Amino acid sequence: MSDIILETRSINKYFHDPVKFQVLNDINFSIKKGEFVSITGKSGCGKSTLLYILSTMDTDYEGELFIDGESMTKLPHNGLAKVRNEKIGFVFQFHYLLPEFTVLQNVMLPALKLGKFEPAAIEERAMSLLKRLDIHDQARKGANRLSGGQKQRVAIARALINDPVLIMGDEPTGNLDSKNSKIVFEIFKELVAEKKQSLLIVTHDEDFARTTDRNIVMDDGRMVK
Amino acid sequence: MNTLNLSISKTLLMARLKQSVIAAAGVTFGIAMFITLVSFMTGLNKMLDSLILNRTPHIRLYNAINPNADQPVNRSAEFKNALNIVRSIKPSDSRTEIYNSTAIIQSLKSDSRVVAVAPKVASQVFYNIGVIDLNGLVNGIDVSQEMKYFSFADYIIKGDAYDLNRISNSVILGKGVADKMMSQVGDVIHVTSAKGDQLSLKVVGIFQLGLATVDDVQSYASLETTQKLLGKPKSYYTDIQVKLTNIDDAPAVAKEYALRYRTDAEDVQTANAQFESGTKVRNIITYAVSITLLIVAGFGIYNILNMMIYEKMDAIAILKATGFSSSDVKNIFINLSMIIGFIGGVAGLLTGMLLTMLIDQIPFKTAALPAISTYPINYDFTYYIIGALFAMATTYIAGYFPAKKAARIDPVVIIRGK
Ligand SMILES: Nc1ncnc2c1ncn2[C@@H]1O[C@H](COP(=O)(O)OP(=O)(O)OP(=O)(O)O)[C@@H](O)[C@H]1O
Ligand SMILES: [Mg+2]
Repeated sequence: MSDIILETRSINKYFHDPVKFQVLNDINFSIKKGEFVSITGKSGCGKSTLLYILSTMDTDYEGELFIDGESMTKLPHNGLAKVRNEKIGFVFQFHYLLPEFTVLQNVMLPALKLGKFEPAAIEERAMSLLKRLDIHDQARKGANRLSGGQKQRVAIARALINDPVLIMGDEPTGNLDSKNSKIVFEIFKELVAEKKQSLLIVTHDEDFARTTDRNIVMDDGRMVK
Repeated sequence: MNTLNLSISKTLLMARLKQSVIAAAGVTFGIAMFITLVSFMTGLNKMLDSLILNRTPHIRLYNAINPNADQPVNRSAEFKNALNIVRSIKPSDSRTEIYNSTAIIQSLKSDSRVVAVAPKVASQVFYNIGVIDLNGLVNGIDVSQEMKYFSFADYIIKGDAYDLNRISNSVILGKGVADKMMSQVGDVIHVTSAKGDQLSLKVVGIFQLGLATVDDVQSYASLETTQKLLGKPKSYYTDIQVKLTNIDDAPAVAKEYALRYRTDAEDVQTANAQFESGTKVRNIITYAVSITLLIVAGFGIYNILNMMIYEKMDAIAILKATGFSSSDVKNIFINLSMIIGFIGGVAGLLTGMLLTMLIDQIPFKTAALPAISTYPINYDFTYYIIGALFAMATTYIAGYFPAKKAARIDPVVIIRGK
C-alpha cells in the first residue's frame, strides 16, 4: 500500500446561486500518512468548501478524490458514510453537536455506530478523551449547555473517538483561548507522531501554521503555495 | 446496530417531549374521531336495519293465491301453440294452507344453513268495536320461537308474551288496534273471523313495531287460538318462517326451497326491496364519511410528523457527517414516527372507545324501537383494526418520505443551509 492517504485530481467546484461562479479551481494535491498539513488563506477563498469535499460530505464537484487509495467519487451515499465513520474525523468551523444528547453520548455515537468495541469500552475511551481536553467534568451535561469553546473541544473528542486515519479540522481552535489551543495542537501533534494519523487543518493562526509539516496557502479557489 | 438507531430515535423524541406529545395527540385525535364516528354511524345503521329485519324472516314459505295454472283452454288441441289468456277456474280458498307442513318443518330443521324455523297462521278478522267492524289480521305464532329468534319481546310494550301460551283464547294487540278499541291488558275483545264465526279474546299484552301499517291492523295470538279462529286442524299453517345463518344467502336458498317444497318462497331482500336500497345508500354514506375522515386524519398526521422531521434536519446532517448511513437516518426517523404513530394510535383507539361509550349513555327514545333507550353504538372490532393499521401506515409514510429525502442529500447541504 502506498503512503498516500488522500489525493485529489483536478477538483473544480461551482456555485450556481445567485450566479455561476467557481469556488475551487483545479485542486491537485495529496497528503501522506502521518503528515500534518495546514491550510491558510483569506476569508471566503474556499477553504471550508474544499474541506467539505475532501471529507466526502459534499459530492457535488468535478474531478476525483481518493482516500486511502480508494476513489470516493463514484461511491454511493452509504459507502461514503462508512468511510466517514471509519477513516475521517471532522471538526466543523461551527461546532455541530446533537443538542438532544449529552456530551458523552455525542462523543460516543460514532464509535457505537462503528461497533468495533463494546459500549463500556467506548465510554471509557470517550471519557479519557474528554479528560485530555479538560471537559470531563461536563460529560453528563446536555450538549447545548456548553460554552462555544467547550463545544469545540467536545467536537474534537468526537472526531478522535474512532482513531481515524485522517483528521480534518475547519478552524478547530477558532473559539479557544491560547491555553486550550495549545492543548489541542499538542494532541494533534502527538496523534501524528504516535499513531501515524494524518491531519488537515484550516487555520488563521500563522504561528501555528508554521509549525506544521506543510502549509498550503489558498487564494480565490486555488492553491497558491 | 438497530438498537442503537432505536435508542437514538427515543432520545430525539424525549428531548423534545412537548413536540412529540403534540404530534402523538394529532394521531390520537384523527383515530379517535374515526372510531367514534364510524361506530356511531354504523350503530345507527344497524338500528335502522333491525327496525325491519328483527321481525322479518329471512325466508317465508307460503302459498300465494294464484289462478289455477291448469286452465281448460290449455287442454284444447286447437290452442295448443297459442298464448292463452282466457281463465275460467278461480283460485280456491284452501290453497293458502301449506301442504305437508310437518314434514317440511322437519326437513328445514335438519338443514345446516337454517338457524330457526317458526310456523305461522295468519287469519283475516274483524275487530268488533261497538257497531263498527275494524278490518284486521291475527297472526298465530309459536311464541317461544318468536321470542328467541325474532326479538318479539323487544316490541311488547305491555304485558307478557308467554301469556299467549298460558291463557287460552288470548291475544296481544297492536298499539293502534288497542287504542282504537280502547282496550287495556285484561280486557276481553270480540273478533269475527272471515267465515263469520265470533270469538272472544282476552288481551294479555300490547305490542308496538313502530310501523303504523302493522300496529293499527295486526295482533298476535297462539297457533292454537288462531287455528281455532279459522276452524282448522292443528297442522294447518299458512306460513313457515325461516331464519338463516347468513342473510345474504336468502335469495338463493328461497329459490331452492320453492322448488323443493312446491310452495312460494319469499326472501327478505325481495320482500323489502326499498328497504334494501335504503341500507345500501346508508352504507355508501358511511363508507364515504369514513374514507373522508381517514384522509383528513391522514393529512393531519402527515403534516405534523413532516414538520417534526424537518425540524430535526440538523440532527440528520450531524449524524450523517459522523458516519451514519442514509439507511440509518431513514431507520431512525421511521422509528421516530412509528413510535408516535403507535402511542398516538393506541391512545386514539382508547379515546374513541371512551367517546363511543359516552355516546352510548346518552338517552335516545324512539317509539319505533322500544328496546332502545340510548344512542346505538356498533362496537365492531374491525374498525379498531382499521384504525390501528391506518395510524401505523400514515405515520410510516409521514416518516418515510422526509427521511428518505433527507437521507439522499449531502450533509453539507443541510449544514451550510443553517
Ligand atoms: N451555498 C453557497 N452558495 C453560494 N455561494 C457560497 C455558498 N457557500 C459558500 N459560498 C461562497 O463560496 C466562497 C467560499 O466559501 P467558504 O466557506 O469555502 O470560505 P472560507 O474560505 O471557508 O472562508 P472563512 O475563512 O471565512 O471560513 C465564499 O465566497 C462564499 O460566499
Ligand atoms: Mg470557512
